[in-house]
Amino acid sequence: MAKAAVKRVALLLATLLLVTLLAYAAFSVIPGDPTHTILGLDATEEQIAALRKELGLDLPVWQRYVNWLTDFLHGDLGKSYKFNMPVADLLAPRVQATLTLTAVSFALIVVISIPLGIVAARFRGGFVDRAITVLTQVTMSIPNFIMGIGVMFLFALVLHIFQPTYVSPEAGLAAHLWFMFFPALAVALPKSAMAVRLLRGAILGELDKDYVRTAYSKGNATGAVLRRHVLRNAMIPVVTFLAMTIADIVAASIVVEQVFTIPGLGQMLITCIGKRDYAVVQAIVVILAVVVVGCNFLADALYRVMDPRIDGR
Amino acid sequence: MRKNWYLRIGGALSLLMLIFCAVGLFWTPHDPSAISAADRYALPSPAHLFGCDALGRDIFSRVLQGAAATLTIALAVLAIGAVCGLVIGGLCGYFGGAADAIVMRLCDAIAAFPSVLLALVVMALTGAGRYHLIFALGVLFIPSFARLVRGEFLRQRDLDYVKSARLMGVSPLRIVFVHILPNTFPVLLSGLTIGFNNAVLAEASMSFLGIGVTPQDPSLGYMLSEAQGYLLKTPWYAGFLALTTILLILGVGLLGEGIRSETGVEA
Repeated sequence: MAKAAVKRVALLLATLLLVTLLAYAAFSVIPGDPTHTILGLDATEEQIAALRKELGLDLPVWQRYVNWLTDFLHGDLGKSYKFNMPVADLLAPRVQATLTLTAVSFALIVVISIPLGIVAARFRGGFVDRAITVLTQVTMSIPNFIMGIGVMFLFALVLHIFQPTYVSPEAGLAAHLWFMFFPALAVALPKSAMAVRLLRGAILGELDKDYVRTAYSKGNATGAVLRRHVLRNAMIPVVTFLAMTIADIVAASIVVEQVFTIPGLGQMLITCIGKRDYAVVQAIVVILAVVVVGCNFLADALYRVMDPRIDGR
Repeated sequence: MRKNWYLRIGGALSLLMLIFCAVGLFWTPHDPSAISAADRYALPSPAHLFGCDALGRDIFSRVLQGAAATLTIALAVLAIGAVCGLVIGGLCGYFGGAADAIVMRLCDAIAAFPSVLLALVVMALTGAGRYHLIFALGVLFIPSFARLVRGEFLRQRDLDYVKSARLMGVSPLRIVFVHILPNTFPVLLSGLTIGFNNAVLAEASMSFLGIGVTPQDPSLGYMLSEAQGYLLKTPWYAGFLALTTILLILGVGLLGEGIRSETGVEA
């Protein structure tokens, strides 16, 4: 078990290394280097050579990668040439917005999907189940940004429940979270629909098994069987799904941030792709990639902890 | 036989939406980019079925044009992803070995990332544009198809009909592409519906962000980013665009669900 865990962690580190290498390589093949951006077109050869040396651009590629990675791990994410400030300072305030959006979305998915999934499975084939099935099928077909525009239109422009301009945490935590609730809804609803279906399917799959019949034959009530026996097994794929969902939530929040003009990582990413500020793009890509790899690792670990039948291969 | 409502409703809706999108390729009632000051913010009427936008452009024509663009891109992405995925997955699944292990690890790694995220990275490097978008998404869609097809080939390569073909001296490549391939059709068909929806979704999201198509050939997603600015004045512009996108995805999604319950293929 311990040996398997060490192997998993080693694999995680290797994956992270590979991902950073790929992110670095991808942004190194872009033709043209930042010296032109900084010095302008009429710089002399000497000026360019001096700056290249200063920025470390004259070193071999692998050396540059090692330097870049070392800096990255020390919190130096490079320098934005367009904003003329360190990338770390540029991104720090934006991480919070994206993190909050992700956390609220995740909480919403859990709160919405687990009760609905259980109810749908409990009343299999009934009216409630059918209504939930139709609802989830439709919700699953709505892209996040369309959901965002819909939420914006309904709650901000028609019902006037919230103002469609970003409320920062400085204006009060409650006001901030109240604003974030609406974009989070746009991120969470399509994902919740998928989670409901998965949970419903997992419960129904378990209900036909022998141990459930045994539990019933010992005189247990339906609720108790569901809670003590079925859910414990049915939750395994759902928890894995939820852990892996975090990566999708991050991807969805990039788009939804744009709809609600939230100054988060996603909005910065889009802005900097437009401005061709690759130092910032690279830093954000590496951060998001680490999040994705980390979530997959977490999902895998949770799966193993929750289901001891899976051996430590 | 039990009525397969998924297949019926999904099939009908998909067909309807595909025809709608295809019509936009050849015909629109007005020029989708013709500006008319007199028709600004016009309400839906017989002359302009869906009304007009802030520049007086006919919204029905624009929706048709956008739907056609989205359909073209999604189908092109699907073609690249499915054909390459089929070849890679088929060869890996049938022959196995070290090459298979390496290719599949790579596919797992790519598939672990949300496709919009990876496509954003590729588009950041190549720049916006319809063909760049098709290339980026097409390449990123290969792994999911390769994994799907590989699994099916792995399952079938030791079945009796393949063994007897091998005994009769059929060449391996012929076995892969002539004998096994047609039998992976149900799985592939279900995979195509999922892939199509993912392609529409990815294209719409990226174009909405302004990193997909260029304003010269707008798609549904690009137009939605325009329409969002006029939510108060012409909410029906965003509404019709959203409805078209959702119905297209819903129809194909239901169709896929129907195919799966008909053929007993797991998602």
